[in-house]
Amino acid sequence: MSHELAIEINSLLAALILLTSFGLLVQRRVYGLLHIFAWQGVFLSVSTAIVGYSAGLNHLYISAAMTLVIKVFALPYILYVLIHKLRIKKEVEDMVNIPTTMLIGIAVVIFSYHLTAPIRELSTLMTRSTLAVALSTVLLGLLMMITRKKAVTQIIGFLALENGLFFAATSATYGMPLVVELGVALDILIAAFIFGMFFFQIRTSFDSLDLKEMEKLKDLD
Amino acid sequence: MTNSSSSIIVECLQVATVVFLAPLFTGWVRLLKCRAQARTSAGLLQPYRDIYKLFFKEVALAENASWIFRFTPYMVFGATVMAGAIIPVISTRAPLSATADIIALVAIFALARFFSALAGMDAGTAFGGMGSSREMMVASLAEPAMLMSVFTISLVNRSTSLSQMTHVIVNSPIMLRPSLAFALLAFALIAIAETGRIPVDNPATHLELTMIHEAMCLEFSGRHLALIEWAKGIKLLLFASLGIALFAPWGMATGGTLQSLVISYVTLTAKLAVIGVAIVLIETRLAKMRIFRVPEFLGAAFLLATLGMLSYFMLE
Amino acid sequence: MPFFSPLPLAFSSIVIFLMMAGLALLLQNRQTFLVNMAFFLSTVSCGIGLYAGFEAVASGSMQTMIMPIGLPDLPFYIRVDALSGFFLSLASLTGLMVSIYSFDYVKGILSARKATKLVVFYCLFMAGMLLVLISDDAYFFMSSWELMALSSFFLVSFEDESAENRRAAFLYILIAHIGAVMILLSFGILAGFAAGFENFMGYRFSAMRSAEPGMLWASIAFFLAFFGFASKAGVVPLHVWLPEAHPAAPSNISALMSAVMLKIAIYGILRVCMDIIGVQVWWWGGVVLVIGLITAVMGILYALMQVDIKRVLAYSSVEHVGIITVGIGLSMIFTSFELRMLAALALTAALYHCLSHSVFKSLLFMAAGSVLHSTGERNMERLGGLIHKLPWTSALFLVGALSIAAMPLFGGFVSEWLTFQAFLLSPVLPNALLKILFPLGAALLALTAALSARCFVKVFAVTFLGQRRAVPTTETHEAGMSMRLAMSIAAISSLALGLFPSFVIDWIDTVPQSLVKGRIASSAGAFGWMWLTPISAERASYSAPIVFIGIFAAVAVAWLAFHGKKAATRRSATWDCGFEKMTPRMQYNSTSFAMPLRRIFGFLFVVSESVRTSHAQPGSAPRIRYSLRIEDRLWYVFYKPFSDAAYYLAKQANRLQHGRMQIYLLYSFITLITLLVFA
Repeated sequence: MSHELAIEINSLLAALILLTSFGLLVQRRVYGLLHIFAWQGVFLSVSTAIVGYSAGLNHLYISAAMTLVIKVFALPYILYVLIHKLRIKKEVEDMVNIPTTMLIGIAVVIFSYHLTAPIRELSTLMTRSTLAVALSTVLLGLLMMITRKKAVTQIIGFLALENGLFFAATSATYGMPLVVELGVALDILIAAFIFGMFFFQIRTSFDSLDLKEMEKLKDLD
Repeated sequence: MTNSSSSIIVECLQVATVVFLAPLFTGWVRLLKCRAQARTSAGLLQPYRDIYKLFFKEVALAENASWIFRFTPYMVFGATVMAGAIIPVISTRAPLSATADIIALVAIFALARFFSALAGMDAGTAFGGMGSSREMMVASLAEPAMLMSVFTISLVNRSTSLSQMTHVIVNSPIMLRPSLAFALLAFALIAIAETGRIPVDNPATHLELTMIHEAMCLEFSGRHLALIEWAKGIKLLLFASLGIALFAPWGMATGGTLQSLVISYVTLTAKLAVIGVAIVLIETRLAKMRIFRVPEFLGAAFLLATLGMLSYFMLE
Repeated sequence: MPFFSPLPLAFSSIVIFLMMAGLALLLQNRQTFLVNMAFFLSTVSCGIGLYAGFEAVASGSMQTMIMPIGLPDLPFYIRVDALSGFFLSLASLTGLMVSIYSFDYVKGILSARKATKLVVFYCLFMAGMLLVLISDDAYFFMSSWELMALSSFFLVSFEDESAENRRAAFLYILIAHIGAVMILLSFGILAGFAAGFENFMGYRFSAMRSAEPGMLWASIAFFLAFFGFASKAGVVPLHVWLPEAHPAAPSNISALMSAVMLKIAIYGILRVCMDIIGVQVWWWGGVVLVIGLITAVMGILYALMQVDIKRVLAYSSVEHVGIITVGIGLSMIFTSFELRMLAALALTAALYHCLSHSVFKSLLFMAAGSVLHSTGERNMERLGGLIHKLPWTSALFLVGALSIAAMPLFGGFVSEWLTFQAFLLSPVLPNALLKILFPLGAALLALTAALSARCFVKVFAVTFLGQRRAVPTTETHEAGMSMRLAMSIAAISSLALGLFPSFVIDWIDTVPQSLVKGRIASSAGAFGWMWLTPISAERASYSAPIVFIGIFAAVAVAWLAFHGKKAATRRSATWDCGFEKMTPRMQYNSTSFAMPLRRIFGFLFVVSESVRTSHAQPGSAPRIRYSLRIEDRLWYVFYKPFSDAAYYLAKQANRLQHGRMQIYLLYSFITLITLLVFA
């Protein structure tokens, strides 16, 4: 695989990651969200592996494998089980309507592009052009957490945000040190479990997973 | 803007191909669809028989239909045929290709739609108006997405001239371009909306509440209906060819030699066959959307086209 | 200076108008003669003006003159150059058509009221607009501007018995004056920096051109002038007067206001912002571009929601002013980056759109006028099926509708196509952020164009097609001869503008050359008059004549082949789905046609919709009343607070009023003392 081809494939994967971020932003069904999230993990993992291959950094292979295991299989599975047990069947409710969310999303991407333009000028890495995508993924994940009402979609937004951070690390500096990445991966896994327990707790307290219910906490005391 | 006798022959050949093969393509799609849904099909040539039969049927005009109603089928047909002369279908060097770039081409389709919508309102029924109103809604929301998609392609090719765009892609090395991939996806969604296929509109339905295009054309009969149906077939073929010309023109003749034309026909047939399969896959897998989901569908098309534009600047 | 050159001719055209205004007062008692005479002279005078303007643009030369009249030591300066020549010919061309139209139209009014006032102010209005175009100093410009504003105020309030018209006229004059004050302030800044704030010598435009006010003051002058003129052009959010005033005026005046007066405001923007001040930084153009886009989209969305045919046209004028402003904004941005050719392309697009908008909008207003004339009805919900009664008007309206909807082969398309080309060339800009934002602007413009098509399908179909929705109150009759003639001229011009763009672009070319120092005619017409290739043939090309011939040939072949006698044609009742009691009221009407968009874009408006069901008698079918109110959200944001504040202040000031003489004298006394102490 030549260097140019690696760059092209990496760009394509970055584009696909951006697409999946938008997919998460506009998808209405909970299971659909999980699928898109899993796909994002796949692209992320392949991208990491390709960067590792062409930059000759072996620890990126481990990161890629870890991403594949945790983000493509483990986390979606945990969430799947969670959703199944909580019997969430309804479509995802959003606070802002979808076309507006899309337009805000586009604005966010343009903003990230503008913000990362100076870095792109300075950097010499092959992945420098994907930095804007990485930043947009982070911001879009955050946007998703803002615009959705239900707790489950919020955790997916949070995980997407983490994907963006991971991607940013890869594209800005060819990845974080392995120890850090291992730590983060473990954190996320544990976070998912804790979130799961929280959901059960929230539901038993409020009979709903709608975060609007949390507003009532203010009135309790 | 080249004028040689061979290119004029190519042009005539192309128009004839588009006009006379369009029902065949429609027949192909219907045949595949029947097979996919385990029904017996009426055969590949049924659209020809339908059109032929309609030309000999009596025209029933509503009492207060005006000349607009009688003129519309001819106008729609004429504009669609003109579009067929502009889009490079079998050769990148068809002389009429230069008469309109892709923006003007979209406007020529819009001209045909303008008249169909007027005709829909002419008879004075509720259905016609409903069809016109909905058709114009779909069209007006598809337009920004279409322009964005065109913009993305023109960024890559540095042109909006159809023959030039095709030429650039044929002559440049194959590259993985995320921008073009997004533009293609967006274009596919827009083409579905523009040609009135599932999930936006169902060309086979005559159920009152779900019709869009059909409601608009409900009052036509006889030769008028034949022309409208024929033009609709041509339009479907043209959007498929437009997609081919913009995104996968490989194999298309760049000159006027006999050999290249033969290759062009063979590849065109193969590509159209594949597109037919794709249409049928989409149509059998998806259900028709509610009318007010269509804006979201077209919003997605716009989003994809915009992502294409953004990824051109960000990643390429 | 030979007499048959642009400036003397333009001047004599104005003199004829002013003379006629005076003469009209003497002919009060012979109304028919007055109308014939006035509009004959007006036609002649517009012909002269058209020639003068055409010559000025074609030659690209400049003529100046100092008038002996004016204030002491401050004579009036006049000048005709390519830019004013362009707008001169635009105004005269439209004036010509409207004058011909007015022969029969105004005679139709005579039975109801005298036309003296209309004639006088019509002449003053035309004269005022032409004077604005030739004036070359701030005093003369402002006086002409006021002449134009005041005479049009009286025209808006011509039918002054209805309170609605009076209110429209008041709103109009109010906003016109806010605009005028802004323009005046801008001139003040420029004149001050040109020749010092102590004397008045900076009032000439040529002196202002040499002023160097520095970045801050230049920006202030630029935006004061831009918003001042924008308020006259109907740019959002300063557009509220336009949909009130234009429909209130008689239709020939509406045509003039929409087609010409708005363009005079555009001329003002070009003259002051681009010529006198000059574009110095790109974000000026950026602001203009964004405002233009908002105006275009909002204008057409408002237009879609209307049911009054003249209000639709007025709102669509807002949209088209937006499109023109977009072109100007693009041109400013390209100029600031020294991309001369692209600036010329965008400016040509804007000018072309000015011209074609003038033609098709006057056509549409004239046709709407003849609908109003023959049916007495402006509300589309009560119209329908007029194509059978008004074959001429309907066919000509269709040409206008196709043109305004930017359908190929008609005038509106060429200019929008050129604007899109200018947008699509944005990747050459050096600014990365602009490169990305431009396509989004182009997408908004595409949305506008598509919505405009939708809007005019609605207007034409609801007014002319189907069946009449309400029982006619008067005998419906076709428009008079002169009205048809005028509309035909407009329709033919519109078609010509669509079919032969290279000639027009070649003619206009001197304007961008003088304003942005770039030209496109040589590249646009590089392949002969049949082809339009704005930048190069590889980039984009369009050949209107060939497309026209192609479509025409295809239609003709289809007609000849299939319209034979093979099968009979039968007239039968409209299919009613087996429901036997179908009435014309069951047709789609304007409100229902616009419903999907009301649902999608409703959040931009204040929409209150209600359905009330009531039972007249027990057992009878329920009566259903549907009511819909659509209000301008911007009214509540930009106007309501100010009007409330003004009302509050007025009420507070009212406390000073007591009605007793002594108290008023006391006020004077206190004022005098205060002045003596502090002055």
